[in-house]
Amino acid sequence: MADRHKEVKPKYTADRHIPGAFEGETVTRRRLMGLTVQGAGLITVASFTLPALGFAIGPLFSRVPFEWQTIGVPADFSDTTYVSRIVTIVPGIGETGKSLAYVRSRNPAIDTEKGDQYNQFVALSSRCMHLGCPVRFTPAAGRFICPCHGGVYDFRGMPTGGPPVRPLDRFYTRLHDGFVQLGPRYSVNSELQRFSPRDPGEPLDGIGQYLYPKRFSTSVVPSN
Amino acid sequence: MPRLPKILTPKPKRPGEENGPVKHHPAAEAGITVVDWLDERMAVSGGIRWMLFRKVPRGVNWFYTLGSATMFAFLSQAVTGVFLAMYYQPSPTGGAYSSIRYITDQAFLGQFVRGMHKWGASVMVILVFLHMARVFFFGAYKYPRELTWVIGVVLLILTLVMGFTGYLLPFDQRSYWATIVGVNINGTGPFVGPYLSDFLRAGPEFGANTLSRFYAIHMMLVPGAIAALIGAHLFLIMKLGISAPPWLKAEPEPDPEAELAMERAEV
Repeated sequence: MADRHKEVKPKYTADRHIPGAFEGETVTRRRLMGLTVQGAGLITVASFTLPALGFAIGPLFSRVPFEWQTIGVPADFSDTTYVSRIVTIVPGIGETGKSLAYVRSRNPAIDTEKGDQYNQFVALSSRCMHLGCPVRFTPAAGRFICPCHGGVYDFRGMPTGGPPVRPLDRFYTRLHDGFVQLGPRYSVNSELQRFSPRDPGEPLDGIGQYLYPKRFSTSVVPSN
Repeated sequence: MPRLPKILTPKPKRPGEENGPVKHHPAAEAGITVVDWLDERMAVSGGIRWMLFRKVPRGVNWFYTLGSATMFAFLSQAVTGVFLAMYYQPSPTGGAYSSIRYITDQAFLGQFVRGMHKWGASVMVILVFLHMARVFFFGAYKYPRELTWVIGVVLLILTLVMGFTGYLLPFDQRSYWATIVGVNINGTGPFVGPYLSDFLRAGPEFGANTLSRFYAIHMMLVPGAIAALIGAHLFLIMKLGISAPPWLKAEPEPDPEAELAMERAEV
């Protein structure tokens, strides 16, 4: 009995005594037919499931374009308090696509990060970095407070209490033809280093920046 | 094959009654004809008898009805959901909210049907957990019913997905912010979280297609999967039978020699 498993099937079907076997044939016609039908079925199913799947996950890979939005003139903004501006995050869907930005001009006395053409005005996103609820600036306290789970940020948007995992996101700002303009959102770590926009709840210090990689869909500011 | 119940088997003839085919009332005759016609073509009566006339262990009780209760909650959700879909518009620019307002305030019985769907959702989640607790504490997940349990866990997850996707559809402040928070919680999963969130939102932000995506998942993708898995779950229950309650002792096999000894002792 043990020898049965060692028996090697002859390579040619003719040697296996299959009726009607052709000279030099190695695959039986039954097996060939079976594989053909299964392969055809697989291709048929793949021909509608793969495009449908690509259609569903397409938005992951299409980069969202952005436009610079004019939010005022430099005189509108002071460096001691915030002014709120309604900004469009997603165009074309009305109120649902709007969000709030808190804007002030750069104050070298407190803004220790390096100044460049994009941060002469500090524009903080009102999206809480815990789970995305809208934070509110409370002038009396000079702090941002989140109504959902009690996140607190200081005047520069650095978390000082509650569950938030990183400072408030910021918007690129620029001075263009005498107007202050607001670009896409970016995320910062506790050193205020810029990162491509991450979702709330994703820390960017230490291992966090590797655990939460950047996405293919977020808009990028042209490097100029 | 289990036997037909007594009321369905014809009575044996009394002595003196004439021989010949069994006579039924004409109305019963019509019913039998229809069933016979169908059964000749589908041959399902055996399957239906296999499904319905099963042996059930002694000691089953009301806790064993929680699974059926969950299934009927799902059916209620399916039926009310289909009819709510006749009025609902998944449009983020105001259509969703105003169509829900229309259903609640103006459509005939709209408030009732929407209420059934809304409260029924909570009822279904509660029943799923009660059913799961029953199966766990009665040890009914053990061999050979592990696969039934695994399918049940998938059904639990799909039920929670239904709750999550359905919560956005009224599109008021509460459902909008709850969905923002929910998607962001989902995004905190390392490596895949950010991409999964992009998939759910159809982009990096809550956008024009997020609502319709949630709607499609809520009314087509997940209900289809739930219905199919309930079928598999039920098949396994029929196939394997219902487990006896844990407090029931297994009855000892009758021992012929011991019985003989007892009889001799009596004599």
